[in-house]
Amino acid sequence: MSSSVTNVVIAGLGGQGVLKASDILAEAAFRTGLDVKKSEIHGMSQRGGSVTSDVRFGDNILSPMVPGSEADFLLVLAADQVETNKGLLGAGGVLICTDRIDENALANRRSLNVAMLGVLSRYLEIDKPFWLDAIRSSLPEKVYDVNVKAFEMGRDAAAESY
Amino acid sequence: MDFEKANVAERLLLSGNEAVARAALDAGVSLGTGYPGTPSTEILENFSRMGGPAQWAPNEKVAMEVALGASFAGARTLVTMKHVGLNVAADPLFTAAHTGVTGAMVIVTADDPGMASSQNEQDNRWYARAAGMPMFEPSDSQEAYDFTLRAIELSEEFAAPVMLRMTTRLCHSKTVVRPERSIAEAGRPEFHRNIKGRVMIPAYARPAHKRLRERLARIARWNETSGPNDTIQAGKDLGIIASGIAYAHAREATPDASFLKIGLTWPLPTETIAKFVRSVNRCVVIEEGDPVLVESLRAAGMTVEGKSEQYRFGELNVNRVRRILSGDDSVEAAAAKGKPPQLCKGCPHRVSFEILRRLNCIVAGDIGCYTLGVLPPFEAMDTCICMGASIGVGLGLRHVLPDEQARRVVSVIGDSTFVHSGITGLVEMVYNPPKTGHVVLILDNGTTAMTGLQEHPGTGRTLAHQPTGQIVFEDLAGALGIERVEVVDPTKDPAGYERILIEALDSGKLCVIIARRPCLLVAGKVREYEKKRSAETDAHE
Repeated sequence: MSSSVTNVVIAGLGGQGVLKASDILAEAAFRTGLDVKKSEIHGMSQRGGSVTSDVRFGDNILSPMVPGSEADFLLVLAADQVETNKGLLGAGGVLICTDRIDENALANRRSLNVAMLGVLSRYLEIDKPFWLDAIRSSLPEKVYDVNVKAFEMGRDAAAESY
Repeated sequence: MDFEKANVAERLLLSGNEAVARAALDAGVSLGTGYPGTPSTEILENFSRMGGPAQWAPNEKVAMEVALGASFAGARTLVTMKHVGLNVAADPLFTAAHTGVTGAMVIVTADDPGMASSQNEQDNRWYARAAGMPMFEPSDSQEAYDFTLRAIELSEEFAAPVMLRMTTRLCHSKTVVRPERSIAEAGRPEFHRNIKGRVMIPAYARPAHKRLRERLARIARWNETSGPNDTIQAGKDLGIIASGIAYAHAREATPDASFLKIGLTWPLPTETIAKFVRSVNRCVVIEEGDPVLVESLRAAGMTVEGKSEQYRFGELNVNRVRRILSGDDSVEAAAAKGKPPQLCKGCPHRVSFEILRRLNCIVAGDIGCYTLGVLPPFEAMDTCICMGASIGVGLGLRHVLPDEQARRVVSVIGDSTFVHSGITGLVEMVYNPPKTGHVVLILDNGTTAMTGLQEHPGTGRTLAHQPTGQIVFEDLAGALGIERVEVVDPTKDPAGYERILIEALDSGKLCVIIARRPCLLVAGKVREYEKKRSAETDAHE
């Protein structure tokens, strides 16, 4: 695969906002003008089971699924899902787990998914306004502020450890 | 890229389902109907959200008949369902292919290779061949949009119902779409009598079948010259023939090959394909699911390679296509096992399965969230076949099992599933009662939970959550002649529920027990719908 493609896999459990996080990431990348494909499976997995979603962006994306063991970034929202999914990471790929942020500092724990995107944002060449626009268009207005705070928190945490 | 300079106009990031909905809207579709089923559900939901006229039918057969009627009147119609839904709608499907339509009728079948959320892995490309109906197969959201428009045009031009085959990966993947509303305005519905064309008595159906075959032959010729089929002529070493999502995987797996992407996959553009096959030294058909296309091409005398049997199962992906192309038939590494789904904490279904397990019932189950009652810690389900089968299968077990076992048989069915296909089961129960009686448990959580909380005729709200007529299960069961009908609240009174179930099992009578308690996920939404409605009513007064 051409190196101009960025492959991200987001994993977690049903109800954690895995699909919402991938929507926001895909939307942010899309707003930069890149080609984007986002893939997920829902249905039975909604009921608390394992959920993963693939987001790919670059000049020209073909398959919507990240080929096995080719993920550049693996974002895992539930600690017990790391083992299941770490095989998806490619050589030199970056694993981003919840230990990168202080979950207790989140004003609303449901914003964990967006905080994790904040961490991821430090690794990607997507300017911050695209992220904020994507958050605004993907979530209800009333939770925008709390999610932007979560995003900033993840972004700051990543800046410290980067 | 600079935030200010990025041009986001004219470009949308849409799932395949959203793209179909948007195309239906842009084409002025007069009626969208269907029954919820993963992965097709969001088509009508989005169509409705965008302002299109969309409604849920009690099942796919009714949906198809409603769409057919509307298309007889000259309207553009869209009918959506998952792959197994087309089995339910197969009766009108085959005859609609004979009658043809006056307006447009696009039938979306959303297949589920890999069975992310289905009970079987059937490949609905066979239906196009069996019914004699044209079939489009998009490979991304842009094509889902384009082909929906083209399907409407084809349907109007040839007066034929047209199928649009989606798959899970297409329905639920988002890709970039540039919607170009390139379609003529829809005509105004009006009735024109056409008795010989629409009344399928044998005398009129015989010529209708001949017209169907003649129409297919004309569409095949159209497909050769004007069909949505693309050739990428690269090297002569390898040529790939593909459709749908398999095309995207194959292009990535072997970017240097020549490609023929077939967009209208039935009737096939045989001459176009034969020409492509001759242009390359090695030609491989890459298709997900059954070897449908490769068998058709071989039957037409073409020398093409397919895939080995192991790749019939599950979805394809880039790595699997690479394996097919290299002839690698070695055992594939099993996908990492994730956490299985489970009934939510506090789900009212939990009580039912705890009781059924405790009473050691033989449980004929059905399709929905509650099918998860088969998994630990409950393991309280013995069969699950298709929508509504719990009642028929339960009755069959009752008819032949020794009495002491027959008395333990319970049919368990959800509310939406009951409306879909359970009512005729109750009719059978009254008409051919087992001598030990029977017990049907309707788990009424007031929504179609598994597919994402859709309304149905038992909720009394339309697809857009507006109030409408409501089917009351206890009244219906009583009217059908069920001897004992009980309504219980599984969460509030689990002990009373268990007592009633034990009595029903011991009674030897025909019993329907309705365990009524809203799904935890829908309760808040229902309050919102009602609040919104009372606010609207107040505003009008």
